[in-house]
Amino acid sequence: MIRSILASLAFLASTITAIAQAGPMQDVLQEHADIIIESSRTSIAPAIAAIADSRLPQAQDVLQAWQAKEMWQRPSDGLFFRGEQMDGKIIRLTDFDSGEPAGEAPSSELEQIKPNSGIRALIAIALVQFQLSDPDPAKRADALISIERDPKSAALAPLRASIEGETDAVLRAKKLRLERLLTIAFDETEAARIAAIEAMSTDLGVDVRATLNPLVVSTLRVFEDEIPASLNVARILAPGSDALPEAQAYELLVAEDLAPARIGADHIRETLAANIDAGSVAGVAVAQLGSEAARGRAYAALVAADKAAPMLSEEEVGALLDAHQFAEIYREPSAAVTTAASKVLTRIEMRVGLNQAIDLSLDALSLASIYFLAAIGLAITFGVMGVINMAHGEFIMMGAYTGYAVQQIIPNHTASILVAIPLAFAVTFAAGVAMERLVIRWLYNRPLETLLATFGISIALQQLAKNIFGTQARPLTSPDWLNGAWVVNDIVSISYIRIAIFFLALIFLGVFLFIMRRTRLGLETRAVTQNRRMAASMGINPNRVNMLTFGLGSGIAGIAGVAIGLFAKVTSEMGTDYIVQSFMTVVVGGVGNVFGTLAGAAMIGFLQKGIEWFNPSNTLAAQTYMIVFIILFIQIRPRGIVALRGRAAGD
Amino acid sequence: MQRTFIYRNPSLLIFLCGLALFTLAVTVFSEAFGAGFISTSFVKTLGKTLCLCLVAIAMDLVWGYCGILSLGHFAFFGLGGYMIGMWLMYERTREIVAGAMAEATIPPTDAEIVAAIGNQIFGVVGASEFPVIWVFADSLAIQLALVVLVPGVLALVFGWLAFRSRVTGVYLSILTQAMTLALALYLFQNDSGLRGNNGLSGLQNIPGLDHLPQSVVSVWFLWASAVALGLGYLLATWLVSGKFGSVIRGIRDNENRVRFLGYSVEGYKLAVFTLTACMAGIAGALYYPQAGIINPAEISPIASIYLAVWVAIGGRGRIYGAVIGATFVSLVSSWFTGGQAPDIDLGFYTINWVDWWLIVLGLSFVLVTLFAPKGIGGLVDLWTQRRSPDRHGADLGPDPGALREQEALE
Repeated sequence: MIRSILASLAFLASTITAIAQAGPMQDVLQEHADIIIESSRTSIAPAIAAIADSRLPQAQDVLQAWQAKEMWQRPSDGLFFRGEQMDGKIIRLTDFDSGEPAGEAPSSELEQIKPNSGIRALIAIALVQFQLSDPDPAKRADALISIERDPKSAALAPLRASIEGETDAVLRAKKLRLERLLTIAFDETEAARIAAIEAMSTDLGVDVRATLNPLVVSTLRVFEDEIPASLNVARILAPGSDALPEAQAYELLVAEDLAPARIGADHIRETLAANIDAGSVAGVAVAQLGSEAARGRAYAALVAADKAAPMLSEEEVGALLDAHQFAEIYREPSAAVTTAASKVLTRIEMRVGLNQAIDLSLDALSLASIYFLAAIGLAITFGVMGVINMAHGEFIMMGAYTGYAVQQIIPNHTASILVAIPLAFAVTFAAGVAMERLVIRWLYNRPLETLLATFGISIALQQLAKNIFGTQARPLTSPDWLNGAWVVNDIVSISYIRIAIFFLALIFLGVFLFIMRRTRLGLETRAVTQNRRMAASMGINPNRVNMLTFGLGSGIAGIAGVAIGLFAKVTSEMGTDYIVQSFMTVVVGGVGNVFGTLAGAAMIGFLQKGIEWFNPSNTLAAQTYMIVFIILFIQIRPRGIVALRGRAAGD
Repeated sequence: MQRTFIYRNPSLLIFLCGLALFTLAVTVFSEAFGAGFISTSFVKTLGKTLCLCLVAIAMDLVWGYCGILSLGHFAFFGLGGYMIGMWLMYERTREIVAGAMAEATIPPTDAEIVAAIGNQIFGVVGASEFPVIWVFADSLAIQLALVVLVPGVLALVFGWLAFRSRVTGVYLSILTQAMTLALALYLFQNDSGLRGNNGLSGLQNIPGLDHLPQSVVSVWFLWASAVALGLGYLLATWLVSGKFGSVIRGIRDNENRVRFLGYSVEGYKLAVFTLTACMAGIAGALYYPQAGIINPAEISPIASIYLAVWVAIGGRGRIYGAVIGATFVSLVSSWFTGGQAPDIDLGFYTINWVDWWLIVLGLSFVLVTLFAPKGIGGLVDLWTQRRSPDRHGADLGPDPGALREQEALE
């Protein structure tokens, strides 16, 4: 009892304050109170227009509140407020004009204005113009994004109006672009649309294509007589051509109810099953119906007895097809617009193709640099010693795990990478030298057995890594400045990690060339590669050269491991993913020469990406075809692209 | 040279007798025909091991005798399995489908049955049409011929391309490995027509033998595998004991000299490569009905490398070495990886053999290569007191194959 008295007191008090604060927006609302309360999509437009055009600063606020179902009316005096739901069905009211609180009231004494989704959409359109000229640039950008996501014809006018007053250059450019896209899609005048289409002919954005593509969408339709001239015909199709096989044309006729459905095998079987009479169908025993001919006979008998629909002959089908016209009709009625759009689309498509080729080349280049890093060590040891190190992939893995372990100790990613690279080199260099001293040295005259011995080491190392680090993939996180990608346009982009790996490969190419051409070790290595015995006669110690080149090759594999680990997960099996490609690189490139490896890596990388381009959905097939290609390539150049000359090549 | 073939190859008689005794013993102790000491699954394991011995003999011929380290023979093995698997799966599905469709009111036409089989087999890869390569799947005779022909033709084409361009040694090994990888990757695709990575399954159910329990079928397969192995051993022994054997051993030791003597090295290599591929195909066709399932992972390059490992551990260049290696390593491997081997508690760490077996295998492989190049088969030499010349010392001739100082002194 007391509570209700208190409530009515509060209600009274709030009424008084509300009247005291009635302002210009309240006036506008009151003027259109009837249609606001009616809440009908067909009649609401003047109310929204009145609020939006009132040029009052609070207009946006009112529209937002209305849209969010936060507008309440007090039936006692008919005033509108922003209402905020409190605990226990109490609504806290705020005056629109002053922004002051206007008391609280239970919801039973208020009327909530509930706009339906149609009205909310209209309010949203009205709100666009406020957002587009909002003083906060971030809000303006948000408004542009929301228009981009859901382009509507109604957004065109407010967008055009807002371009004039735009001060931010970037936003202005965005607005101009969006205005063009909306013009293409929604403008009333043909000339303006065509002009906008022409203006977009060099733009590679996905949104441009998304705007232009619906303009050239056509539907296949069938006409009983002449095609009406009012339609925008894309092309007229003859049944039986490649674009419109007869079966498809006939299906269209059936779908349009212009022809009877074809009678298929299933239909025949069902009809026969429905007409079984004492173990036979129309005189043919059921047991005999296991062949097409018997079924045909039985069905023909049923047709003769008028129990089934007759089958159409080929001539009848042909006659039906000939009697109709088939054409693809543009959904867009204006022929000038579709012509301009398809012309511009072809031009854009060509540029897209060109850019995709560039993007693909960048990908291929990065793949090639990875293969170069992975294979250069293999190529050098094969050239010098004639042995293939099957554990090379495991050295890559070892380098990657070294990087991972360093990251566990040094949390700063930049510092840890800088430490990990030389450390990975040191670890795998040591492992390589140890392996050369302990195993490979004893097998120089038995190269095939080296292959198997190193394979034994490979499976042992792989399992060891699995036992130590577990089977799940370990992350090797790249420093922040390597995250992200270098984006040229919507099509051409490449991640910074791949660029970094490319430069790493370049650095190692330089280092290798320097070692090979300018240092004593390089001279000795080249001599041993060319002729081991002659080199030994000249006072070179081939064992030392073997050991050092093997260590060097393994060390680079370790660094390649760190680089690969940055973009792929570190697992104990990561080496096997790269080892076959490395072998291929060596086989294709030829041994004992840095440039051979470079050429081999480039060829494998570009080939793999190229095949993937032709058949993008199927990387397995791409690898298969690549290997087949390499086997054939060996026929032409059995010793690789850059083959050794002289006596060394003989054996 | 009046000595008989058997006298010159004592191992053949010993082996054949041993194989016969072994087969007899397994039959006597099997569940189907005797005491039941040996479970059906172990009979299958033994039968599979016999097939592995056969493919190991093929590997020994091509590597131990001809010096071609092929890393592709397990691919031929798998291809043989796929070929027989196609028939097994087709016929088996046809029986099931025909049984189900016989219930229908209208008897099915042949085309309807084939369509239903296609739906059943390829539904798992989202297709229902039979690919072209299944065109002979309904004929046992043709598929049996394909067991030999498909690996044979692939080996012939690949070998011709490779040997013709004088790809030898390590290069050739890498190329065969690439071929194996390409084949495995191709089969992994769903649209390869062989059910992608699902492979072919249910191969242990032999069409037409539904009334027999698996225990009987497994013993039959053991007999078939034993017969195939015996014939394979005989063929291999006969091949390497004649002039042909001398030539291929010559190719292994120095290809160029054999070529200069007027032999067509490429022809011999191609013959050995193709013949052994056919042997591998037969072994595979006997193996996979016992295993019950085949998928592309079976023919990945690592399987072929393991094959080389078996032969190397058993002892190259002797047929019985291959058999010993395949039996020993595959049985010991399955013992260790099957979790039957007891763990070793070192106090601070427990060695779990499932985790450590591969490391032991890898390292023992290195040790065998380094210190016992003759493998386990070398132990036989101790018994027969055959000694190979001590070839250490500096080369006398122009290259590593020539006489060494020590030999020249003797």
